[in-house]
Amino acid sequence: MNSPYVTSILKSTDEAADIKTFIFRYPGKIEPGQFFMIWVPGVDEIPMSVSLIQGDVKGITFRKIGDATTALYHLKKGDIIGVRGPYGCGFRLRGKHLLFVGGGTGAAMLAPMVEHARKKKLEAKVIIGVKTKKELFFEQRLTRSGATVVVSTDDGTKGFKGFASDLANDILKKEAIDSIYTCGPEPMMKAVFTHSKKIPFQASLERYMKCSLGICGQCCIGRGLRVCVDGPVFDRTTLKSVGDFGVYKRDAAGRKILF
Amino acid sequence: MLASGIMDEDAGSMQRIIDCGAGAIVTKSIGIKARDGYPNPTVVELDHGILNAMGLPNPGIDEFGQEMGLLRTSTTPIIGSIYGATVEEFTMLATKMQQYGATAVELNVSCPHAKRYGLEVGCDPELLRTITSSVKKSINIPVFVKISPNVTDIVDIAKAAQQGHADAVVAINTVKAMKIDLETTRPILANKTGGYSGKAIKPIGVRCVFDIAQHITIPIIGVGGITTGEDVIEYIMAGACAVQIGSAVYYRGPEVFGLICKEIKQWMNAHGYKTLAELQGVAHR
Repeated sequence: MNSPYVTSILKSTDEAADIKTFIFRYPGKIEPGQFFMIWVPGVDEIPMSVSLIQGDVKGITFRKIGDATTALYHLKKGDIIGVRGPYGCGFRLRGKHLLFVGGGTGAAMLAPMVEHARKKKLEAKVIIGVKTKKELFFEQRLTRSGATVVVSTDDGTKGFKGFASDLANDILKKEAIDSIYTCGPEPMMKAVFTHSKKIPFQASLERYMKCSLGICGQCCIGRGLRVCVDGPVFDRTTLKSVGDFGVYKRDAAGRKILF
Repeated sequence: MLASGIMDEDAGSMQRIIDCGAGAIVTKSIGIKARDGYPNPTVVELDHGILNAMGLPNPGIDEFGQEMGLLRTSTTPIIGSIYGATVEEFTMLATKMQQYGATAVELNVSCPHAKRYGLEVGCDPELLRTITSSVKKSINIPVFVKISPNVTDIVDIAKAAQQGHADAVVAINTVKAMKIDLETTRPILANKTGGYSGKAIKPIGVRCVFDIAQHITIPIIGVGGITTGEDVIEYIMAGACAVQIGSAVYYRGPEVFGLICKEIKQWMNAHGYKTLAELQGVAHR
């Protein structure tokens, strides 16, 4: 039933500046790349990708950025939230040499997929791109999984100085990568999409969501592709036909907002 | 046809529904200005239906012109749904929809959860008659009036639409409802109350269409809980000449339009009917 399941926060962890992870009990299977609708009673309900899958315990990792995430950020261990889902289609494993490109909080939803790939003994290289060093999180967790983690910062406070997409471009020139997974700001994903030419590519898109059940049309892109049901992960073939990708999203009223 | 409010705020979505076999599209209800709608939760699934309080989100009539423009070449009729608070707003919106190439307009006078709009207009027969006749005078494409079951007597409202020279009545919009979460002790919808749609409301819609059909002569478009071909047959027997489908897009996916058309044909073949007209209103005999 697509109605919020009320659960309490088991643990809250500070990951980086304004970024927290909450873990909570939520039974059921979930694939890396799928998302929950998280209800902050009395405030709002927002889509949020799963960042941790440990049996019945699931986690979300988010940045304090709007009213809903700020209200969520101020909740503590023992406070209750509503959870429904999982929704959408997650990532598909393809190839043996995988490149993950996470920008900002995008690394949060890539993490379960990196760990999944490592369990299957696949080679995983992960770029975590952030604006500045104090926003960096999951570097240790992903290194522990056996992935090769490289960091880019816009201001050069750690690792490669520049955008994650530029670092990805360098890696693609030097290394034989046969599958790319990305989540982050859409212009960054679009740049990786363009640089990577014909390599299999999967990107997780973010759109304003309301119903998450594929009926209200709020998150539709291209020819009626519902990010909540047909996505949020789309492959290269699909994205080629989507004129919105990297160009515009829509606000709550359905107006186009250019990236 | 696709009911208003479901995957119909942008041209691409409407195009997909056309690809899936819908005979016509009714757009999201569009107002004068852009509206964000209510905060989430706006939709919750219940045991036998879907409860929503979207709050009439839409980009506003001027910006919506872009989406309509992309559908100009479509051979499938596009019906522009509009909502307003006054006669002037309705006529202005209808005129714009006609300019954009809409095949018809549908007046939303039945949204159960938006202050000043929708049902607040549609439960006053006198106001409804005035709005309908003013819109009729301002445009030359057909005018449909979508009415609500949340009134004392839906027949009075349907009659008012007919007196205002509407070309068809669309019945029904969602049924006012609420869901309270026991753990948090609060209504789940941010707007607290909402409109119930889906399977649970089909008998309510069928009854409304049946009663209205006995009192008006203009066509009735049936809507409310239709999920299968047999549901369509039931509405037609009650007196509808066409139907709209909304929540079934959730139950069966956008492909539901093609599936339902196939099921209607199968049922008619199995029962020896050649046209839907043979079935229209037969329950009144």
